[in-house]
Amino acid sequence: MRLVILEDYDLASEWAAKYIRNRIIQFKPSADRYFTLGLPTGSTPFGCYKKLIEFHKNGDLSFKYVKTFNMDEYVGLPRAHPESYHSYMWNNFFKHIDIDPANVSILDGNITDLEAECEAFEKKITQAGGIDLFVGGIGPDGHIAFNEPGSSLVSRTRVKTLAKDTIVANARFFGNDLSKVPTMALTVGVGTVMDAREVMILITGAHKAFALYKAIEEGVNHMWTVSAFQQHPRTIFVCDEDATLELRVKTVKYFKGLMHVHNRLVDPVLSIKDQ
Amino acid sequence: MPTNKSVSKAPITQFVNCRILRDHKLQREDLWVREGRILDPEKLFFDEEGYADQRVDCEGLIIAPGFIDVQINGGYGIDFSQATSNVRGGVALVAKKILEHGVTSFLPTLVTSPPNIYHKVLSEVKVHSGGVEGAGVLGCHLEGPFISLEKKGAHPEQYLRSFQSGGMLDLIETYGTLDNVAMVTLAPELPNSEKVVRELAQRGITVSLGHSVANLSQAEEAVQNGASFITHLFNAMLPFHHRDPGIVGLLTSDQVPQDRTVFYGMIADGIHTNSAALRIAHRAHPTGLVLVTDAITAMGLPPGRHTLGQQVIEIQGLHAYVAGCSVEQALEAASLHPAQLLGITRCKGTLDYGADADLVLLDDAINVRATYIAGQEVWRK
Repeated sequence: MRLVILEDYDLASEWAAKYIRNRIIQFKPSADRYFTLGLPTGSTPFGCYKKLIEFHKNGDLSFKYVKTFNMDEYVGLPRAHPESYHSYMWNNFFKHIDIDPANVSILDGNITDLEAECEAFEKKITQAGGIDLFVGGIGPDGHIAFNEPGSSLVSRTRVKTLAKDTIVANARFFGNDLSKVPTMALTVGVGTVMDAREVMILITGAHKAFALYKAIEEGVNHMWTVSAFQQHPRTIFVCDEDATLELRVKTVKYFKGLMHVHNRLVDPVLSIKDQ
Repeated sequence: MPTNKSVSKAPITQFVNCRILRDHKLQREDLWVREGRILDPEKLFFDEEGYADQRVDCEGLIIAPGFIDVQINGGYGIDFSQATSNVRGGVALVAKKILEHGVTSFLPTLVTSPPNIYHKVLSEVKVHSGGVEGAGVLGCHLEGPFISLEKKGAHPEQYLRSFQSGGMLDLIETYGTLDNVAMVTLAPELPNSEKVVRELAQRGITVSLGHSVANLSQAEEAVQNGASFITHLFNAMLPFHHRDPGIVGLLTSDQVPQDRTVFYGMIADGIHTNSAALRIAHRAHPTGLVLVTDAITAMGLPPGRHTLGQQVIEIQGLHAYVAGCSVEQALEAASLHPAQLLGITRCKGTLDYGADADLVLLDDAINVRATYIAGQEVWRK
């Protein structure tokens, strides 16, 4: 893996956004060959989305030939609810960029046959040629998407009941009322994300530090599902200093020592204006 | 048109680079319009996989709902209370001119007149939607003749009337019809007024108190019977007195039913009301303020010029610093509040999804730069 450590949340968000930008532009997407991007929600990627929007508004990046697949969505929450992941993606990303709505895929948590929806989602990814870059976050319990502790590391898109930890962590979006937080969600599986050609995990904040430690310094373990990516050929963990607080000094020093190599991935930063 | 056509094939316009008035705040958001109504872009994106056909760059301007003037007696040489040979033409002329001031809907107002005037005018002026020809007519405002002699103001004394035949009979006799009537101003202290107020309110006609010497309890009783508006607060009514605030007391009365709001019209030109008095009213009851022009022919005041006059707001950037009234509050007093008063907020007075796309584009000094009705540009500076 690559462990990229930036000083703070803003710098980490910017690094991640630049990386995504470079990958898309290098790929030279077109009508015959779309760039497929897996996307997360939540407070961690918020800054990264803002940066991507900025790049687009400056004319440096276009999403015209990008197909997106979101990781998850609540079950039973009306799509128009301000806390649905559809609303999150619309307000924080899609409405500010030039993506074609036909190229956006988000699981529908209000459909009657949830299993069929999950199967169809997997098929859609396959039909799109697989995911080029799957961006994700990590929960305080080490989960990727809603693959809660105990999830199979080869799981596919399915319905999951949310762990207490996750519900508590999400309560802040529902007026701190635990009873208002949805209890089930549709989520891509660990296996689904592992199938992506490249994975980038964003981890910021001291409250995620223990999960990061478990994910990269301990073994592959279904109790900390992000640890599965130790067995992925191309994974980048982008984090801020606070997220490294539970890591060994040795680990942090080693990867900080590689920053000059990592930075070559985002410097120079490419632009469609130059194409 | 670029949609999966599951809902509509009609073209979609997206107003960008603007600040819109929504949820009582000016927000940096785009505004989407289709088929004359405000469109929900999120639904468009996910349900229809659609996006805009054309974009209008607002260059940083404010978009507010089109203004609604509920008291305007004429203008530009036209007097609505005259039974001329071309009543419709007169209304149409004013309707066209007021677009320049961002007014997209109005109530042609008739002052106290003899029955033949009402019969003639009311048969000619119909409720109709606005468009390139001019602002929409929501109905007529009949200010009088059932008003108080002592507070007739500029109204002709000889045509004042009372409810001597019991109430509604007098109304029908005088007006001829109540079709196309949106509002009636009357003095509630006139005997038999209670039945009239109740009947009018039941018919969906807004009852306004004005040109009256009613005391507070008479006014409160009228409100309980259905009255919901005060015609030009402070003018043509008893002055506020601390032991009987009169009609003015309705602004803070505890006898107003919980689910109802009493609105009050203010002519904010600095002449009809001292700005300090305006501020007192606004601070006492900010959500009830409705800005009106009460413009008339003879005065030559162009309708709408003082609708958002200096006495209400003084702008420095986006912060009011004299009248204590924010830009948002001022804009709502000219759009949302009159719509609430008339009970038409489902389609007018807001930029909510589904509402008619009657818009006014303004700069930071609240000068009107462009006016739209049903999503179509009807005036540009």
